[in-house]
Amino acid sequence: MCLGIPGKVLEIEKNVAKVDVGGVSRDISLDLCPDVSVGEYVLIHTGFAIQKVDEEEAKETLDLLRQMAEAI
Amino acid sequence: MRALRSWSPSLQLKHMKFIDEFRNKEIAEGLIQRIRKTSARPVQLMEVCGTHTVSIFRYGIRGLLPKHITLLSGPGCPVCVTPNADIDLAIALSRQKDTIIVTFGDMMRVPGSTSSLQKEKAEGSDIRIIYSSLDALKIAKENPGERVVFLAIGFETTSPTIAVAILRAKEEKLRNLFFLDSQKRVPPALIALLQSKRVKIDGLILPGHVSTILGTKPYRFISKDFDRPAVVTGFEPLDILQGIWMLLKQIEENRAAVEIQYRRVVHEEGNPTALSKIYQVFEDGEGHWRGLGLIPDSGYRFKDPYNKMDVRNFDIEVEPTKEHPECLCGEVLQGIRSPLECRLFKEVCHPENPIGPCMVSIEGTCHTYFKYQ
Repeated sequence: MCLGIPGKVLEIEKNVAKVDVGGVSRDISLDLCPDVSVGEYVLIHTGFAIQKVDEEEAKETLDLLRQMAEAI
Repeated sequence: MRALRSWSPSLQLKHMKFIDEFRNKEIAEGLIQRIRKTSARPVQLMEVCGTHTVSIFRYGIRGLLPKHITLLSGPGCPVCVTPNADIDLAIALSRQKDTIIVTFGDMMRVPGSTSSLQKEKAEGSDIRIIYSSLDALKIAKENPGERVVFLAIGFETTSPTIAVAILRAKEEKLRNLFFLDSQKRVPPALIALLQSKRVKIDGLILPGHVSTILGTKPYRFISKDFDRPAVVTGFEPLDILQGIWMLLKQIEENRAAVEIQYRRVVHEEGNPTALSKIYQVFEDGEGHWRGLGLIPDSGYRFKDPYNKMDVRNFDIEVEPTKEHPECLCGEVLQGIRSPLECRLFKEVCHPENPIGPCMVSIEGTCHTYFKYQ
């Protein structure tokens, strides 16, 4: 249901991006996520990018988790 | 801790950014300590999504949690909740001349009333697995003399992709592509579960990727009308542990809000582009779920002019629907029973010989219990 994997955008041509997923490059449709730049990460589901991965939020989440773990 | 040993990043893949960091064992141990320090009041939390069920088993989350916290598996497996009638219809269509059926992989092995798509394929029907709705377009273009029918299942993560395929088919004037739509909407099913007297849910672990599309507004009724906490959660072990901790905190503080744990991909407004694609093509309609039955507004109806692609417009003779009388899949999907309570589990029903869809799908609760126990 919720299968989604993050990948890095390598190239964009019109509404298709070449995305690196674990070392393999795949053609991914940007129809649902048009506002993406090379170098950004996207979440991929059945051949489509469905959302950008927000690196800032990822970092903040990890920092918070680290703090929580260390405070124990 | 034994369970944590198997969390190390996969040796085959190079470092997976946004995945490996969320499997950090030291942080996990800290989170588990935090969870143990929250109240010892017994709580039942439901993880709605099949992918959460798999992650929870894969990372041994249940074994890491204190005993007063029970995790229930919910109906978030689109293969599992597809009713037999839809599979029987796909089978009936596959037996017709010049027809190609396309669908996502797991659907092939789901038993219908008397057969399965895989069995029909072995008998000579043209039935193909696709990985993306765009493959359906490709197959229709490559086979202009055939009618291509896409058995489309999925929740809101997948629905925008189905809508894109339909919009493109219309744009490109493709006349031979049709859809057997069995998609479902998650929020109405949550209403049904929360209204049910058969299962006690103290908090909801909300699906991470469905929510990248929906955002949090569609879930507000959970706190407003049902006064329960809900947390949109990711799928790595740290995500799940943090999500559970956030729920426990709300319960302890007597709060009921919809919160986001999975902030790196879920935003309150969801994905408006994706949502608008769905509603260009569809409007909310009745949904028929295995186990939960008919839930109003939990499915879709085609809007004009896309209804021309709705294969249900055709008059097809379908065999009467039957379900195995001892299959507990319907109750397992609602968190009322566990697979361990099913007489058929393991003895008769297992991945090589599935009786119901919960054993077929890799996200099915029965399949996951079988694999990890």
